[in-house]
Amino acid sequence: MNIQPWWSSEIFWKKTAVWVTGLSSIALILLTMDTIPKISAGSKRVPNYSVINHRIDYTFDESRNFQVPVIGKIEPLFGKELSESDAEALVSHGKMTIQAKNCMNCHTFLGNGAYYAPDLTKAWLDPYWGGIDVREQLMIDFILDPSNKTHNGLGRRMPKLGITVEEAKSIVAFLKWMSAIDTNGFPYNFKPIQQESKS
Amino acid sequence: MMSMKNVSDNSLLNGGQKLAVKYFIVAIVLFGAQILFGLLAGLQYLYPNIFFGVLDFNVNRMVHTNAMVVWMLYGFLGSVYWMLEEESEHPIIGLRLGNLVFWILTIAVTIVVLVYLFIQSGPGDESTLWLINEGREYIEAPRWADIGIVLSLLAFFYNVAATFSKGKYTGIGGVLVLDLLALFGLYLAGMFYTPNISVDQYWWWWVIHLWVEATWEVLVACIMAYGLMKVLGVSRRIVETWLYIEVALMFGSGILGLGHHYFWIGTPEYWFTIGGLFSALEPVPLVAMVVHTVFDAGARHIRNTNHPTMAWLIAHAFGNFFGAGVWGFMHTLPQINLYTHGTQWTASHGHLAFFGAYATIIIALFYLAIQKWRGDVWMAEDLPGNGWKWKWSFCLLNIGMVGMTVSLLISGYVQSQVERAIGGSTWAGYFSAQAHPWFIQGMVWREVFGVVFFFGFVILVWDLLTIGKTETRKAEPNLIGILRDA
Repeated sequence: MNIQPWWSSEIFWKKTAVWVTGLSSIALILLTMDTIPKISAGSKRVPNYSVINHRIDYTFDESRNFQVPVIGKIEPLFGKELSESDAEALVSHGKMTIQAKNCMNCHTFLGNGAYYAPDLTKAWLDPYWGGIDVREQLMIDFILDPSNKTHNGLGRRMPKLGITVEEAKSIVAFLKWMSAIDTNGFPYNFKPIQQESKS
Repeated sequence: MMSMKNVSDNSLLNGGQKLAVKYFIVAIVLFGAQILFGLLAGLQYLYPNIFFGVLDFNVNRMVHTNAMVVWMLYGFLGSVYWMLEEESEHPIIGLRLGNLVFWILTIAVTIVVLVYLFIQSGPGDESTLWLINEGREYIEAPRWADIGIVLSLLAFFYNVAATFSKGKYTGIGGVLVLDLLALFGLYLAGMFYTPNISVDQYWWWWVIHLWVEATWEVLVACIMAYGLMKVLGVSRRIVETWLYIEVALMFGSGILGLGHHYFWIGTPEYWFTIGGLFSALEPVPLVAMVVHTVFDAGARHIRNTNHPTMAWLIAHAFGNFFGAGVWGFMHTLPQINLYTHGTQWTASHGHLAFFGAYATIIIALFYLAIQKWRGDVWMAEDLPGNGWKWKWSFCLLNIGMVGMTVSLLISGYVQSQVERAIGGSTWAGYFSAQAHPWFIQGMVWREVFGVVFFFGFVILVWDLLTIGKTETRKAEPNLIGILRDA
């Protein structure tokens, strides 16, 4: 009398679980195979490391309806144009330093990390640096010893992390490169530093 | 025998359960550390000069989150060891190895934490990533420890898979073994270096998301199935059918739900659709779990011999649904995530989700373990002092957590509006939100409720040390059957 309907049987759900898990995993793997080339350095969305030789801007794109990075004229970092491999080495050193100094447990990168300090996705373009003629030096000075620089009314400061000049330069290179990644309009409504009138 | 003391008696436990108790003890210690470092980090939002240059926010926050990940893993390992012999009806294969690995893992964890606290960071080269800190949120453990973790987990996996293979392969056992395999495999995705932060975060999320929103969820579903059979005497057929339903829904939504982390890290726009759709479905299995738990409990008139465990299992069902489900859904669609990504919204969600989904069920297992350890004593009605300790700790922990969650959310609202929508996420926009009175009020209340939570933890530990000690009534095995039929 008590016939169990198929939809409440253990074996039906077991098979469903196996199929759903298998198909989802395959879909994720296929999507990953499509995505990885599209986010590798040198792709349309994630530029080559030598992009640090150029001016980078973040402007509104009518067709996509949000801001996108724009790679402009030659404007080398620290006034020195680098080859692709030298640029990669510099950016990589910056990324390594950012990991070694545990920056991500105060800051966010591409919005991921901790929320005790500003997001660094577009730090290179932040109007805080005043003008592009002083930006590089101000960034390095700040990274070398931020502990005595009050920059907000809260008294919150960044500690001195024992970063060398070389490491500071490489961090700036990494931040410049990161600002050129196409992040689908994140952060939204960002107001970049004024770059045009100076040149 | 009125004054009989139920000193914790190891002989009442099987081999796996003795090992489980060790894991549980370390888990509780790390839980305490998580709370203390959380309180300290929270205090630094209000008084930035506290421990400035000594124990900076990034150190405290890293210890806070890492202690959580590790105590939960310890709780899971302990829970699995706890049920392994009963479930497989076979003594654990390679138990000596399991014991050895426990000590190695615990020593490694201690070293990692000491290095975090006293060395903190190093020069920007490979040596730091190998020896001090990998600098990637949640999986900061240096590479040497990563390798140790993988080897330890492999040994653990061997214990589980070999024991089930030798003994009885139950439905729970089958799901557990496959889930653990996925869980360990995924950790490998986080063990490499690349200068490309988009590629870095792409794989980093494989570890973080596919752990906490897929494999961990299935793992606790297995623990829940065991717990419901144990505490309420629900039949195996019912819990295992539900387990398969939950696996289907969980992996069906959670695996591609990974896409909600791929909106803003450089990944293509099609992830908006995939991530938005599938992550919006992620609450569905959590609803199923609530229905399952509450129905089973109600069908048995919540009669059982272990009230604290039952209460925490129900807290788990609701906490998982609200914390992971509702709080996650609130900001998972890209249209809103654009303004909430990287704000205190995430912290709010993270707090309630980790507590609701994972802390609760591990605490439930603590109580299940202490009951047996004291000699299968009665832990339901008419406890000494009306069981005030477990009830107070239960209330304080839950109220403290909900309070923190809501406070963080209010601060998050301010950030979304002032920093993101208006300020455009510049440095100035960030600090104008941080200085906003509403934001600061949220931070104050978070700290207040954090202290409430801490008191709940203290009473929890006190209770676990004392509950059942003077109890003479037994939780007779057949009593569950009697209660079930009542």
